[in-house]
Amino acid sequence: MSQVLHTPPQTPPPTDDLSALAARYGLTVSGARPSLREYVSQLWARRHFIGAFATAKLTAQYSQAKLGQVWQVMTPLLNAAVYYFIFGVLLGTKHGVPDYIPFLVTGVFIWTFTQSSIMAGTRAISGNLGLVRALHFPRAALPISFCLQQLQQLLFSMGALVVILLCFGVPVGPSWVLALPALVLQFTFNAGVSMIMARWGAKTPDIAQLMPFVLRTWMYVSGVMWSIDKLTAKDHLPHVVSVALAANPAAVYIDLMRFSLIDSFHAGQLPPHVWAVATGWALIAGVGGFIYFWKAEETYGRG
Amino acid sequence: MAEIPSSNVPTVVVDGVDIVYRVNGTGAGRGSATAALNRMLRREKAEKAAGVRKVHAVKKVSFVAYKGEAIGLIGTNGSGKSTLLKAVAGLLPVENGRIYTDGQPSLLGVNAAMMSDLTGERNVYLGGLAMGMSREQIKGRYQEIVDFSGINEKGDFITLPMRTYSSGMAARLRFSIAAAKDHDVLLIDEALATGDRSFQKRSEERIRELREHAGTVFLVSHNNKSIRDTCDRVLWLERGELRMDGPTEDVLQEYEAFTGGADKAPKAA
Repeated sequence: MSQVLHTPPQTPPPTDDLSALAARYGLTVSGARPSLREYVSQLWARRHFIGAFATAKLTAQYSQAKLGQVWQVMTPLLNAAVYYFIFGVLLGTKHGVPDYIPFLVTGVFIWTFTQSSIMAGTRAISGNLGLVRALHFPRAALPISFCLQQLQQLLFSMGALVVILLCFGVPVGPSWVLALPALVLQFTFNAGVSMIMARWGAKTPDIAQLMPFVLRTWMYVSGVMWSIDKLTAKDHLPHVVSVALAANPAAVYIDLMRFSLIDSFHAGQLPPHVWAVATGWALIAGVGGFIYFWKAEETYGRG
Repeated sequence: MAEIPSSNVPTVVVDGVDIVYRVNGTGAGRGSATAALNRMLRREKAEKAAGVRKVHAVKKVSFVAYKGEAIGLIGTNGSGKSTLLKAVAGLLPVENGRIYTDGQPSLLGVNAAMMSDLTGERNVYLGGLAMGMSREQIKGRYQEIVDFSGINEKGDFITLPMRTYSSGMAARLRFSIAAAKDHDVLLIDEALATGDRSFQKRSEERIRELREHAGTVFLVSHNNKSIRDTCDRVLWLERGELRMDGPTEDVLQEYEAFTGGADKAPKAA
């Protein structure tokens, strides 16, 4: 009995004492946001986790299916087939576009990369609260890891794409090397946008319900199944609209990939200063998105 | 009880901490579109009206934990034990007060990073990486982890997907992975409740080791025996308030009287 009476006066000592005690032994506040530099180095230290988490997610995706990992290639191919049927056959957007199937499939695959990265980014925090509330790691690891998973998925699709290209008689050329920098830039852009969306999605999970509509609209203006170059050449569009269409980051990355892989897609079809625009978007989204995400680091997982 | 002398070096200082949860959409009959809109437009002011309920989970709790201590957290269900642990781990923000820690306390909770569709082997790596171990460290301890979990005692289970494991097996693997790392401050939430008796014994052994290596271990449990076996100090939380803080035996006696006597005639305290 005596303990019950004795202990309570001891437990809440004056507040100043405790913080002074903590300061004397160099204790730090739990769960405080690290500086940007420290954050980057923490993230770098977790790079193996980011990679392993992405691969694990990718593998787990089809582990219950009978065909297993074959779906990694089948899913994008089926997607491309559906789009070909609708836009190539039914609506006839293919008129005047040479190598329409390679053109379309490249567009679909590259667009899907951006789309699913952003979608996964939106749910990166809100869909993984269990992980966020149980373990300590820089939260940016999550959206980046999801983008990496989409990149791995894209590499499977690119394998299928190469087969399609060769089947349709598109020759292997030196410009294929350009696919690499284009992918790096696109990945940086995707990761940046994902981090922005992850912060929004963490605060308001409802955004995940809205995103499919935003993304679908974005897809239709990005020239995934039609040629922006053909449309802007017709001259009846206001200048602002054609500039906006050409500077759209999704369209820029799609056209860069088409330019590097398809020989009949020549440099004249690319918007002006295309590499500068592609790099600019990647830097703005990548750096801006990272800082924006870091600013709310300590709030993720609340409530 | 293992006697590990506690030093006077503090590892965790909890200073007048309040933790409040906010839950959306609880207004009876008004968790509707209008309530949601109200919530978005008016934020703080209309929280109550818009069906946001505040749950005051931890109230004005203060204590200091020292190096070498194993501290048990007890209390009836919903008394705020797990919430307090999460806040100490820096995973839940506090409403008022401060929590100071030495290094990064880790919650024994790798299960969140693990995927049931992957094999036990891959989960060992994934869990280890999630806790911040390097690939080499995991490789070095891999055999130790598998042996400790005893997963392979009944055949080669480690190469099967975790969804094929029994709940006890999965829990054992999780504990083994989490305990493979040396933590400065380790927070354990009900992890020892699962597993058979021999595994529980091994786990308690491992917790003692972790205390010697590291610093401070916090253990949440409803099993008074495992608290007695591993802890030398106990904090008793009730309705979010720190009701008692003292040596294990003293606090547990009071606690047992409280819980045991609850359905009998209430004693005058």
